[in-house]
Amino acid sequence: MDRTEGMSRRDLLKAGGAIVVSFAFPLPVRDAFAQTTPRSGARPVDAGEVDGLLAIHADGSVTLYTSKVDVGTGIRIAFAQMAAEELGVSPSRVAVVEGDTATCPDQGGTGGSTGLVRGGVEIQAAAATARRALLQMGATRLNRSVADLTIADGEVRPRSGGTGVGIGSLIGDRLFSLKVDRNASLVPPSQHVAIGKPLLRPDVPAKCTGRHVYVQDFTLPNMLHGRIVRPPSMGATLVSVDESSLGGIPDVRVVRVQNFLAVVAKDEWAAVRAATTLKASWNEQPTLPGHEGLDHFSRTAPLERDQEVLNRGNAADVSRRAAKTISATYFWPFQSHASLGPSCAVADVRADGSATVWTASQGVHGLRGNLSKVFGIPPDKLRVVFLDGSGSYGTNGGDHVAADALLLSKTIGQPVRVQWMRHDEHGWDPKGPQQLLDVRAALDTDGRIVAWETEMWVPNAAPGARALLSAEAAGLQQEHGTGSGAITQNGDPPYAVDNVRVVAHLIKDTPLQLSNLRAPGKIANVFAVEGFTDEIAAAQRIDAVEFRLTRLSDPRAVDAITRTAAAFKWDARPSPNPRARQGNVLVGRGIAYMRYKQMENYVAMAMEVAVTPATGQIRVRRVTCAHDCGLVINPDGLRNQVEGCIVQTLSRALHEEVKFDRSRVTSVDWTSYPILRFPEAPNVDVILIDRPEEPLVGAGEAATAPVAAALANAVFDATGVRLRTVPFTPARVKAALANA
Amino acid sequence: MPRYTFRLNGQSVSVDSWDPAQPLLYALRGPLALHGAKFGCGLGQCGACTIIVDKTATRSCQLPVSRAAGRDITTLEGIGTPEKPDAVQAAFIAEQAAQCGYCTNGMIMAAKALLARTPKPTVEQIKQALDGNLCRCGTHTRIVRAVRRASQQV
Repeated sequence: MDRTEGMSRRDLLKAGGAIVVSFAFPLPVRDAFAQTTPRSGARPVDAGEVDGLLAIHADGSVTLYTSKVDVGTGIRIAFAQMAAEELGVSPSRVAVVEGDTATCPDQGGTGGSTGLVRGGVEIQAAAATARRALLQMGATRLNRSVADLTIADGEVRPRSGGTGVGIGSLIGDRLFSLKVDRNASLVPPSQHVAIGKPLLRPDVPAKCTGRHVYVQDFTLPNMLHGRIVRPPSMGATLVSVDESSLGGIPDVRVVRVQNFLAVVAKDEWAAVRAATTLKASWNEQPTLPGHEGLDHFSRTAPLERDQEVLNRGNAADVSRRAAKTISATYFWPFQSHASLGPSCAVADVRADGSATVWTASQGVHGLRGNLSKVFGIPPDKLRVVFLDGSGSYGTNGGDHVAADALLLSKTIGQPVRVQWMRHDEHGWDPKGPQQLLDVRAALDTDGRIVAWETEMWVPNAAPGARALLSAEAAGLQQEHGTGSGAITQNGDPPYAVDNVRVVAHLIKDTPLQLSNLRAPGKIANVFAVEGFTDEIAAAQRIDAVEFRLTRLSDPRAVDAITRTAAAFKWDARPSPNPRARQGNVLVGRGIAYMRYKQMENYVAMAMEVAVTPATGQIRVRRVTCAHDCGLVINPDGLRNQVEGCIVQTLSRALHEEVKFDRSRVTSVDWTSYPILRFPEAPNVDVILIDRPEEPLVGAGEAATAPVAAALANAVFDATGVRLRTVPFTPARVKAALANA
Repeated sequence: MPRYTFRLNGQSVSVDSWDPAQPLLYALRGPLALHGAKFGCGLGQCGACTIIVDKTATRSCQLPVSRAAGRDITTLEGIGTPEKPDAVQAAFIAEQAAQCGYCTNGMIMAAKALLARTPKPTVEQIKQALDGNLCRCGTHTRIVRAVRRASQQV
């Protein structure tokens, strides 16, 4: 392929003697390159300033600037709708620039379902502040009082009709020079024209026609392709490298910095071949406990400390005196983001010491701060630019690969693109942690729950950015944390119980690097709490829906469960199902409910399963979910997210467990780390409960949390067997049935 | 260096490669600058790199460039544009059958090949045809709906 290197595409086509494809790159490519050029003028990169978050151009179009990025969640169109509503323009006139540290103020990283709650709400307030200013400008221009004016169709105009003035003409790229007024009054829900519409996402046409520019597609002139040669086991040190083993692979160079080993080449395939061919010897030490027996490891590993998450009443005393106590142990394994496309980044460290990194990171400002410290590049010389990547659902390998590319570019003085291979992503992405939970309930003689205790064993999540793999290997100093997200929430039941205690035993060391994988912690805690709730209901021969409804008073909670049960055509009766057998399968249904973080979304979910006892296979036939996240900005985008949460989490619950031995992760492809496939995909019915008068909350992960419990509860209903360890693999189900 | 000539999206093209075993995916994404086909696994397990070779959905990460010679190859870019998407692409857009969109190339190309041989597939046939294509975002139900929609319009 060398011959074509350095040739323009036009030259290439001449050489080929024919035209290949249209050269008319559509919009997304221009957008990608536009993001490489800082915006003109002196707009403050400050989320407290109206001009930091938005610009209104002379033609009346609008550009938003935000650090919240769209990782396939559809927040681009939602931002446009929220701003358009206040500015009286069509959402199609609103462009969004995301995740460029040079132009986008820091509204925090894109995690914890904060995209709309923080990013969107701040943009909305900026737009409302701008609206007020535009009305005042219009009043002066039109010589009318503000009270007589409104803003619609891109202009300030008299309410009574008559000539208006375009907002582009009023402000036209000039600065508002106003602080964002967080209390600026918003367009009332009854007058919404942009919010609440299922507008189509602007990125989908380009994604469906191969024109959308992902970070994996981004190139620079004179760019080399890098591949990292990770050690064969975690913590191994590099002894020697035999560069002669690369004979026959053209234009390839080995880069070694202490224990960091990589290859760079002009041709990407040459880099791939070189990375697999290169002979190196490593000094290895087994350091990991292995994935088998990880529950025992969790219970016995040294602790950093105990954290009292919640203590209401006196659970311990009440339990001791109770007529009856029951308990159970639940376990969730390490899981991978398992992004479909391995992480990728492009870095360009220039001779003057300045640098730019293109990345799909969910937190460009945080990443810049970390890279700046670790690589000694002043923040004002380091620019980090977001481009779409493969879905990440938390921090996948993206931050690591950005550091890989930066280290290589800094070392060789050329732009470098690094894409991880499949085994890199599965093997080295930071992982959603294992969680072990003991749950205990004390019942009085009438069967009421008088006390509830949850003890969880989870890795200690020290604050700060995760250690960067390449920096660690290269011997660069870095202070780091072990961020796994807020993993102790939702450990308490959402029901009326007077005495509740939740304790987290925080394990000192983690075998694998941690991450905030979708609904971090909540996913396992709700599995345990709602699975155990079902156990209590079943033990008392009470219908699972009735059991929950009698213990809830919040009308939104009751509404979510009631609507789910009605749409699902729930057959009220105790579990297990007395008429489960249908031919070769056992059929059952289950429900779970939770309020996300105990203060956000209300989600209820019912599902029907068919279990084949002969094989242990679980087939989910249908899922019904009622979802209340307050005000809905874009119902179709929201629906897509809720559907995705459900199907992805069925995959996690049915199939997924990171496997590792004493040295390394061994589940490094789609055979050893299987995920849900099309024949298993159930029908999913999502009921959106829109509450325009309620504040919105994020919806990117809440529906993840109740999935495993609803599934386990349905399997219990079908089989009478309780599954308390994820994943519910056929072998595990078969063994559980045999022991029943 | 050996040169390989094939038809690509209706035009004759040639690429030179130092390695006859180089997967076609790297030629498409590199010198030919067509980024529709994605690198997902390099193992033929996920389908993100799917292209159509002589009417058959094919993993371009598993097809050596030397074996592409003389074949008729279609990529996602070759079947439509954002302004003029083909029926399958239009159905995916109408159903918003994408989240991150990294798998979308494979879904659309596999669906194209399915509809070419089975114009009116059942839901089960669609799911079977897409069995080898992985989606991590959980967009399965929409993708199935999109293929059904396309089948009703083709």
